This record gives sequence, C-alpha cells and structure tokens, in this order.
Amino acid sequence: MLDILYSIIPQTLFFAAPLIFTALGGVYSERSGVINIGLEGLMVIGAFSSVTFNLLYADALGTATPWISILVAMVAGILFSLIHAVATITFRADQTVTGVAINMLALGFGVFMIKQIFGKGQTDFISQPIYTTDVPFLVDIPVIGNMFFNNMYITSYIAIVLSFLAWYVLYKTPFGLRIRAVGEHPMAADTNGIKVYTTRYLGVIISGALAGIGGAVFAMTISQNFSISTIAGQGFMAIAAVIFGKWNPLGAMGAALFFGFAQSLSVVGSSIPLLENVPQVYLLIAPYVLTILALAGFIGRSVAPKASGVPYVKGSR
Amino acid sequence: MFSSTKFNFIIPIISVILGLVAGAIIMLIFGYNPVLGYQALWNGVFDSPFFMSETVNRITPYILTGLAIAFAFRTGLFNIGAEGQVLVGWVAAVWVGTAIDAPAFIHLPLALLAAAAAGAFWAFIPGILKAKLGVHEVIVSIMMNYIALHITNYLIRSVLTDNQETTEPVKQTASLTNDFLIGLTGSRLHLGFIVALLMVLIMWVILERTKLGYELKAVGYNQHASNYAGMKVERNIVISMLISGLFAGLAGAMQGLGSFGNAFTNTAFSNLGFDGIAVALLGGNNPFGVVLSASLFGFLKVGSLNMSTAGVPNEIIEIVIALIILFVASGFIIRWALLQLKKGEKK
Repeated sequence: MLDILYSIIPQTLFFAAPLIFTALGGVYSERSGVINIGLEGLMVIGAFSSVTFNLLYADALGTATPWISILVAMVAGILFSLIHAVATITFRADQTVTGVAINMLALGFGVFMIKQIFGKGQTDFISQPIYTTDVPFLVDIPVIGNMFFNNMYITSYIAIVLSFLAWYVLYKTPFGLRIRAVGEHPMAADTNGIKVYTTRYLGVIISGALAGIGGAVFAMTISQNFSISTIAGQGFMAIAAVIFGKWNPLGAMGAALFFGFAQSLSVVGSSIPLLENVPQVYLLIAPYVLTILALAGFIGRSVAPKASGVPYVKGSR
Repeated sequence: MFSSTKFNFIIPIISVILGLVAGAIIMLIFGYNPVLGYQALWNGVFDSPFFMSETVNRITPYILTGLAIAFAFRTGLFNIGAEGQVLVGWVAAVWVGTAIDAPAFIHLPLALLAAAAAGAFWAFIPGILKAKLGVHEVIVSIMMNYIALHITNYLIRSVLTDNQETTEPVKQTASLTNDFLIGLTGSRLHLGFIVALLMVLIMWVILERTKLGYELKAVGYNQHASNYAGMKVERNIVISMLISGLFAGLAGAMQGLGSFGNAFTNTAFSNLGFDGIAVALLGGNNPFGVVLSASLFGFLKVGSLNMSTAGVPNEIIEIVIALIILFVASGFIIRWALLQLKKGEKK
C-alpha cells in the first residue's frame, strides 16, 4: 500500500505543477475582473519560448538553462498577455472573444516561429530539462521522506509555496484588496481612488507571467520539446481549476492537485492491485467524471467575481 | 453617421482587411513575398473544382459548430463543449451508418438523427447541471470534451471494430456523398451543406419567429427579469443547450457520413468545436453571419495549405484569423476611429 503512495504522490505533484502555476494566474486575472480564456495560448507561448531558449543557449548556460528558460517564458507570457489587456481593458473588447483569439494567435505564432528558427514544425528534445532531485536530509525521514521528498521536481515545491503566497497577497495585502475590489465592483473602487485600469492591467499581467511559467514548467519537465500539440488543453484544465477552486488561490491549487492525482491514477493505475482489472477507459475518464460529480455534489454553486467579464467604462453608471 | 446595423457589417469587413494586411506585413518581415503568398492562398481554393469542393466540405461543419456556439451565446451560455459534442455525434452517425441495413431514405435520416441526439445528450449534462445546481457550464463542458475523447476512442477500438484505429466506411445508404457530385468534381463533395443551410434557417426561425426563441433570448439578456416575467429560466437553459448540442452533433455527422465516411481514434481534439467559437463570434452570433464567417474560415484554412508552394508556412493564416478576431472584438476602437474620420471630413 505504501509503495503505491510512494509512486502516486510524486506523480501527482509532477502533473499538477504546471496547472497550479497557470490556475493561480487565472485567479488573479478573473479576480481583477478579466476572464482569461487565453490561458491555453499563454501556456503555449511559455512552452514555445522556454524550449526555443533552452535549445539555443543550452551550450552556453549549462545546468542553469532550464531555470533561465522559465524566466524567459515568464517575460514572453507577460508580453503576450498585454495584447489581452490592451484589447479587453482599453479597447473594451469582449473578454471571451479576445481570449479565444489569443489561443489561436499563440499557437499560430509558436509553430510559425519554430519553422523559422529550426526549419521544421517540431523541435528536438531539449538537452537541459529539469531533473528530479531527492531533498537532502528530509528524504531520510521514514515514510514521509519517500512520499514527499524522493524523486521530486523542485518546480512542484515552488508551485505549492507560490499558492500560499498568492493567497496571502490576495487576502492580506492592500494590493490584493484592490484586485478583488475592481473585480467585484469597479465603480465603487474607482470612487475610492483605486486606479481600476492599472489594477486590471496588473491582474492580467500576473496571469500572463504565471501561465508563461506554467507552460515552461510543462515543457521543461513533461514534454521536453515543442510542437503544435505540446499544450493540448492544459490551459482549459487550469480554467477548470480556477472555477473548481472558487476563484481562491488555495482552492485552485487543491483542484489542480486533484487533477494531477487523477491523471497519475490513469498512469500508475494498472499497477495497483485493486484497479488492475478495470478497463483503461474508466481510468482515463475518471478525473473528468469525478470533477463533474464533485462540482454537482458538494462544491455546488460557483459564483464568479461580480464584475468579471464586464469592461469598465469610466463615468458610466 | 453610421447606424449600428451598418457598423455590424463594416467592422467585420474592416477587420478582415486589417487582418490580411497584418499578415502581409508579417510575411514581409520574415522575407516572404506577400503577393505570391496570397496568390497561392487564392489559387489553393479556386484553381480546381476539387479544392473548391474541399472548401465547401470544410465550411459545412464550421457552419454547424458556429451555429451551436452562437445559439448558446444568445441564451447567455458558453458552450465550450462543442468539441466533445462533435466527437460523439461523429461516432454515433458512423455507428448507425455501419451497423444497420436500411433503405437510404430511412438510413441516412436515422444516422443524422443519431448524431444530433448524441450531441444534444452531451450538451444536456452541462445544461441540466447549470439549471438545477448552478454548476458553471464552462467547466462541465470542458470535462465532457475529455470524456467524449476517451469514450469515442474506446468505442471505436472495442465496440465498432476489433482493436482497429479506423472503422469500416459507412454504408452507401447512410452516406452523404453522391455519385453525381463526385463525378462532377472528383472530390468527396457531399450533400451536408444542405443540412447545414437548413439548420441555419431553423435557428433563425426559432430565434426570431417563435415564443421559445424570444424567451431564450430574454434569459440571455437578464435571467432575473425573465424569471420575474414568469419564464422558466431553468427549462430554457436546458433547451438552449440541447439545441446547441444538436447542431454540434450534426457537425460530427458531416465528417462521419460525408468528408471522411468513417470514424477514427484521436489523440487530440479536431478543433472544429474550438474554431466554431471564433466562427460564431465573427458572425456576430447571427445564423446568416455564421454562414459568412464559416465560409471565410473554410476558404482561409483550405487555401493556406497551398501557401507552402510559395514557401510560406501555412501557420501565417492561423495568425491572420486570430488577428481578425482580435480586431472584431476591439470593434469599439474601430468605431471610434471611423467616427473621428467622419468628424474630420465635416470640418
């Protein structure tokens, strides 16, 4: 039984990490009042830019390459999210429409650039991915050491620490209060001297940075290359995690961990005695069915931030 | 001054032009010849009857997924699950098309009906959960997409075939293809476009000429007011999702009974449903607008495949389409610019 946990827990954290980063970004954007369907596209940009950077600079930068690649992806995510921000906040574009356009634009741009740089539609595998590590000392703790500190990706730890940080910022700092205020009632926030446009810009930029990191973490740990199908729905799963987690950073983290757990079940499942006779298809659909049941059963009504999706026009009532 | 209906036409047209210009600029930046690029795009569609028919075959499912998403949007629902509804419709149509023996006038309608029912059922689940429990339809639809992907793969491998990745072709009695059209064009041009155009009319009639349509739109504008006016909001949400799913399911039938004539396992989504979101939005969520935007999409997608003859990667068209949508979405700024121009003329 313990052996199963030893394999499932690291797998769960491995699959969940990219989703956690991206979902946290989604929370910040939506809390500030801007729906971001474009998370998928921002992840594509993150994956594309990190893989390209990694391939081009691996020789020069050595083992530091994947980490710098993630930073590059973060910047690329920010730049790309600015398109969403300008269109939805300044030009008052429909947020869903713009998000859909961002997804198409990112994929088209990514593959177009790959063809320009490498002359083909699919990159080679990166030579400097992020490897698993054992955490010194902690891995020697009986039972827990093997569960949580053996063969782990550092990115998974960062994702979890960041979730708590994101929660703290959103609920315990003036900046977080402003983000929530402009997402809930922008006009009231405006009357109180909060700069609605600036705050919303920041919300979208944070989502771009985090989704870029999410895409990069996916590319550096899971796919290790970039093609048209590298990011196939992870961004939409992150949106699901945002809603599942009721627009709360810790809730989103929990939802992402749940998705990661369900995904690891379908990978590890065949080696678990209880599950080995279950047809594969049940394990494959389990995460999605369980999510629907969880939403219908005990999570219940999920209510979006009140002004989410509504452009703010200064002076209008 | 422009009236607002005029703007509804002008903004998409300006956006398409701006998108194509932006595409030309990108081609220039990367050292391609935009004139040759766009010429190849045009020739990729209009050079031969074969590719013209391929384009029609491409437009047909786009019309249907566009309608599916537009219809849900009009009731204030976001059916991001069209992708999954297309898949289940596709497999349901092929299942009926391969498993049953019947004369064509029964077999074909039955296969189409199966696809519509499967799509409608797939949309019913997010609909009923939204109506009864207030669960967000977007997240349930996304989950239903993945469930559809895995279940259809399973059905194709284990039920429709014996561990094969591709099913038998559908029987001629259930096929949308037609010997006359095939002889005329040498392509798989099929009669699905008639089904699609019929659905365009049906959507228009429902929305503009029936009490149901009026209620659906009212719920889309304001749920609370509709409820106060005595409309059954919950029932209308479910009905809207059912009709939306029906359209998407039929889009799957177009592929299964027409363009491909079989079903096959997928590792990723076909993107028909996701592209349908863009089709609906560009078409202003209006059934006739959807026909126009689906035609533009089909034209660009098929034509782009020929752009490699001019050495241009066909992803440029993905970028152009995305930019067009961005420009349409930012219609406010185009409108503002047009009004400034008008003012300038008066002085």
